[in-house]
Amino acid sequence: MKTTTSFTAKALNALGPLLALILIWGLFYSFGNQAIGSSEGIESIVQQTVVIGIGAIGMTFIIISAGIDLSIGSAIALCSVIGAKLAVSDNSPAIVTLVTLLAGAAIGLAIGLLVVRAKLIPFITTLGTLLILRGIALGLAHSQPINAQEANWLRFWLNSLPENMRWLIIPPGGWLMIILAALAAGVLRFTVFGRHVFAVGSNEQTARLCGVAVDRIKLYVYMIGGAFAALSGLMLVSYQGQGDPTGATGYELDIIAAVVIGGASLSGGVGSVFGSLIGALIMTVIRTGCTLNGIDESTTRIITGTIIVAAVAIDRLRRKAA
Amino acid sequence: MSQPSSDAARLEMRDIRKAFGAQIALGGVSLKIHAGEVHALVGENGAGKSTLMKILSGAYQPDSGTMFVDGQPYAPANPADGRQRGVGMIYQELSIAPHLSVAENIWLGIEPQKGLVLDRTKMRTEAQATLAGLGHGTIDVDQPAGQLSVSHQQIVEIARALSMGCKIIVFDEPTSSLAQADVQRLFDLIDQLSRRGLAIIYISHFLEEVRRLSSRLTILRDGQSVACHVTSAITDDAIVAEMVGREVKDLYPRSQRQLGEILLEATIPQRGTLTLRRGEVVGLCGLVGAGRTEFLRAVFGLEENTSQKITIAGHSQLAEPRNNWLHRMGLVSENRKEEGLALELSIADNVCLPALKKVAKLGFVSPATCEAHTVEWIDKFGIRCQGPNQAIGRLSGGNQQKAAIARLLEADCDILLLDEPTRGIDIAAKAKIYEIIDQLVADPIRPRAVLMVSSYLPELLGVCDRIAAVRRGQVGEATPVAQTNSEKLMRAATGV
Repeated sequence: MKTTTSFTAKALNALGPLLALILIWGLFYSFGNQAIGSSEGIESIVQQTVVIGIGAIGMTFIIISAGIDLSIGSAIALCSVIGAKLAVSDNSPAIVTLVTLLAGAAIGLAIGLLVVRAKLIPFITTLGTLLILRGIALGLAHSQPINAQEANWLRFWLNSLPENMRWLIIPPGGWLMIILAALAAGVLRFTVFGRHVFAVGSNEQTARLCGVAVDRIKLYVYMIGGAFAALSGLMLVSYQGQGDPTGATGYELDIIAAVVIGGASLSGGVGSVFGSLIGALIMTVIRTGCTLNGIDESTTRIITGTIIVAAVAIDRLRRKAA
Repeated sequence: MSQPSSDAARLEMRDIRKAFGAQIALGGVSLKIHAGEVHALVGENGAGKSTLMKILSGAYQPDSGTMFVDGQPYAPANPADGRQRGVGMIYQELSIAPHLSVAENIWLGIEPQKGLVLDRTKMRTEAQATLAGLGHGTIDVDQPAGQLSVSHQQIVEIARALSMGCKIIVFDEPTSSLAQADVQRLFDLIDQLSRRGLAIIYISHFLEEVRRLSSRLTILRDGQSVACHVTSAITDDAIVAEMVGREVKDLYPRSQRQLGEILLEATIPQRGTLTLRRGEVVGLCGLVGAGRTEFLRAVFGLEENTSQKITIAGHSQLAEPRNNWLHRMGLVSENRKEEGLALELSIADNVCLPALKKVAKLGFVSPATCEAHTVEWIDKFGIRCQGPNQAIGRLSGGNQQKAAIARLLEADCDILLLDEPTRGIDIAAKAKIYEIIDQLVADPIRPRAVLMVSSYLPELLGVCDRIAAVRRGQVGEATPVAQTNSEKLMRAATGV
């Protein structure tokens, strides 16, 4: 009996954000421009979600471990510049991808070392790296976007699907995001590393007492976050056709909001990768819906902000009830 | 030097020494515990019990001395290492990861794997078996551990220690957060563990618990092991005398008290009425959850629905904390750590907080004045600390409590509401607090009034002038101590 209720509660917890997504999408579809349900509409939603969504996968690891990375937007921009630069100088796709991912992981490693070794608070540390990484991106690109239209292999991921590939339904980047999310969810749920990430976020002292290598877990978590930020940067190049040192500004807030809407707790120990993806989708659906219905930018922002606050408030009530 | 023999003790600690700077925490402590033995460790706070246990667990390294487990040298590098070598700790503050499941908590740090992934089946079945072996097979191993009751969380910790193969388990004040029935169950469990051949070290301030469980006990004082006794062969008085290093003649001093005018009249709807006069101590007894604390908090305006009036020194007014301080009524919360004190702030900041005006000029707080005032209280109450600027969280519970009472007096309070003022503090600090309370109400120039809640009847009978029983939220008549005894009070509290 007890197990059934807790199972139902678990299912409800996981389904909550999904129901919210369907509700919001349904509202726009029923009362607004039905283009949001067309294949172009869905494609556009996916295109816009992938950059945030892939970043949110990495951020989920960080937030579950009770950390935070405010500089992920800057990291995405920096990696988009690195990726675009490498791509336009005729490197092979494998080299471009590998080097960019390594750059992202290195950024994560640097943040992780500051948090673990120098024992700085993640919030303040990454407030600093937010500026530092943005500065490096601007310097590397001489403050100019780097055109990468020519790199067809990169454009392929988030371009509109050509006629002969319609069977994919959504752009390949969308599938990549889903596959990576499934892998990440598996790692979190089924590996020792994954459970240790939860343990560190839930009660760091206990984890240490039980012999969990807390510092190493934190380093890995930030490196994973950095690598996903790098991939997110490559997706940004794919979507916009350029590496933009001023791009992805404010994405850290979208990404953190997506993770929290998806059910994660900023105090750690709770979170789900699929929840985060749904959170990212909710953010994009609101934005796309507002655009399609001619709602101006100021109202869109107010609506988005309200929904974030409401999501967190509902989550709090739900937790209290449980 | 070390000769492992057939009768080797399960644990032996030899001449352990540890100093922090100039302060010597342990000056050569030895301890020997056999398999199947429950060995109690008693001593005042600051006697070195926790330092000794931290060395045993691996959290601290000793300056000198050696340890042996089953005759083998034992020198853990850190707590995780100590656990793997067979020494498990169950602390007063439980250490579980609330979001992980029971099974995951039991296996934390030693998770079994099948290839790259967790072996969940093994985790579940073996966790289930361990819990069943402890007589708690009903605990759902898939449930998040944070949803369990405190007593069940403790069981999970014990199961974790057993899963790690611990041969020595240290219980540090394990009953402080448990209800009475759970305490009994824990005692039975500890008996069972010792019958299995584990060596148990049991730390407690409650001598009745020590008597119930232990076969032998070691007394620590000022970082020295004073004596090791067979528990049944020593009296409580002798234990206390060895703990504090002197005879405690009168635990509850009672000076000549002069009853004065009525200071407080509180009528709380649905809870009852109480009056308090200058120069007396009134106690509230009752079972946990009967509403003693709630009554005290309602008087202070901390309960919800606080529109009730109270009368302080003849003036009727709203019960509201800010108001109360102005009218010289202060409260010491039962919850030192969460509510009572700002643990990161200094002793001076904590003591001066409600009366900053006193130490301020033109609205600017003078730290020097605040420190000077605090130093007076430190001297007067014998607060053991490095100075007024030490963070209050670094003090022992007893010294924190003295500072909490000093805060009320710094704010010139005449009415002191004390909620469980001696909970979790050692016997010497308790004696000091009884002495302080007595001096306050018997002060010839300015006698104060004290209203205190306590779960410990002997304490109430020793300290109070009148005692009221609280039952199901209702405060009964306050009876003079001369006309009552613990049996009558128990009856009033339980309604038998």
